[in-house]
Amino acid sequence: MKLGILINEGPYQHQASDSALQFSKAAIEKGHEIFRVFFYNDGVNNATRLAIPPQDDRNITKEWSELAKKNNIDLVVCVAAAQRRGLIDADEAKRNGKDADNIAEGFRISGLGQLVEAGIQSDRLITFGD
Amino acid sequence: MGILHTINKSPFENNSLESCLSLLAPESSVLFIEDAVIAAMQNTKFSSLVEDKLKAFKIYALQPDLDARGLDGGKVINGIEVIGYNDFVDLAVSHKSVQSWL
Amino acid sequence: MSDEANNEAKVKKFMYVNRKSPYGTIYALESLEVVLITAAFDQDVSLAFLDDGVYQLTKNQKTEGIGMKNFSPTFAALGDYDIKKIYIEKDSLDERGLDISDLQELVYEDEDNDYEEKSSIHLVSKEELSKIMDEQDVTLSF
Repeated sequence: MKLGILINEGPYQHQASDSALQFSKAAIEKGHEIFRVFFYNDGVNNATRLAIPPQDDRNITKEWSELAKKNNIDLVVCVAAAQRRGLIDADEAKRNGKDADNIAEGFRISGLGQLVEAGIQSDRLITFGD
Repeated sequence: MGILHTINKSPFENNSLESCLSLLAPESSVLFIEDAVIAAMQNTKFSSLVEDKLKAFKIYALQPDLDARGLDGGKVINGIEVIGYNDFVDLAVSHKSVQSWL
Repeated sequence: MSDEANNEAKVKKFMYVNRKSPYGTIYALESLEVVLITAAFDQDVSLAFLDDGVYQLTKNQKTEGIGMKNFSPTFAALGDYDIKKIYIEKDSLDERGLDISDLQELVYEDEDNDYEEKSSIHLVSKEELSKIMDEQDVTLSF
């Protein structure tokens, strides 16, 4: 099946992203396709390139980047939610006169339409949030 | 199969458990994940509410979340099935959709 | 089929479940933003307000004192986007000492009936809401 994942909370603060990671890994192992992982609300914070989590604990952003690379998963960060919370890519930084960008590898910023499309195209959409 | 409802908050923290359980349509199932696994345990203030729903619905609890919280899977309410992430995936696929109660 | 054509062909029933009060958290606002986008994709959209979610629709929200933008007028625009299935769960109102008259009157224009203005709001029991939820293809909660 094609599965869509919606993550509404940032890394570490809530278990949402961890639960979604574990679920996604299990789904892939079972031969399902993750159509898209959409990050909304504080979930956009999963996409920061600048986190330095403790060495003896998981690196959530990196885990998503690696899972996406290995399995060709589309990781999408909502542009409106990202702008509110200061997650920007190089193009956005340029367009808005910001002196830096901070999106991690494998994530792309796009519109809410990508979430709706995930709902339409996936066989199941599973939400992980607060 | 109906909807798979997932609940992730402890019933002591918010009313997601109560709201979800009051809105279950026939053939729905319920899965406790994250802090909601607390609701799967015997002898809590909410045990009888959950036991009552077990008469008509299948209820599951995620083992890794019980383990993480030092909760004994052997002491969950009789009738609740303790499962892993692989089974969570299977449940999502076998039900017609997944509704998350946050 | 291209992705665009795929999207155009499929119409799914999307339900947005709102259970939180506005302003204390951003979920009410950001949920509404998704609702509007979903309408643009011509999907079959319903909104459910239960538990504290009923407070999202109260009249007379004045937010100057808390320094936040009042987004409640956006609900009034839902009818223009052909979103006319707005379900309010009755017990949630009763438990909070609220009445349907405390909430905004949301309307749409019925194009099959001379554009007559009709209410988009449906007061439902838990049993009725349970059936409606069970009919949905995609349910989103924030």
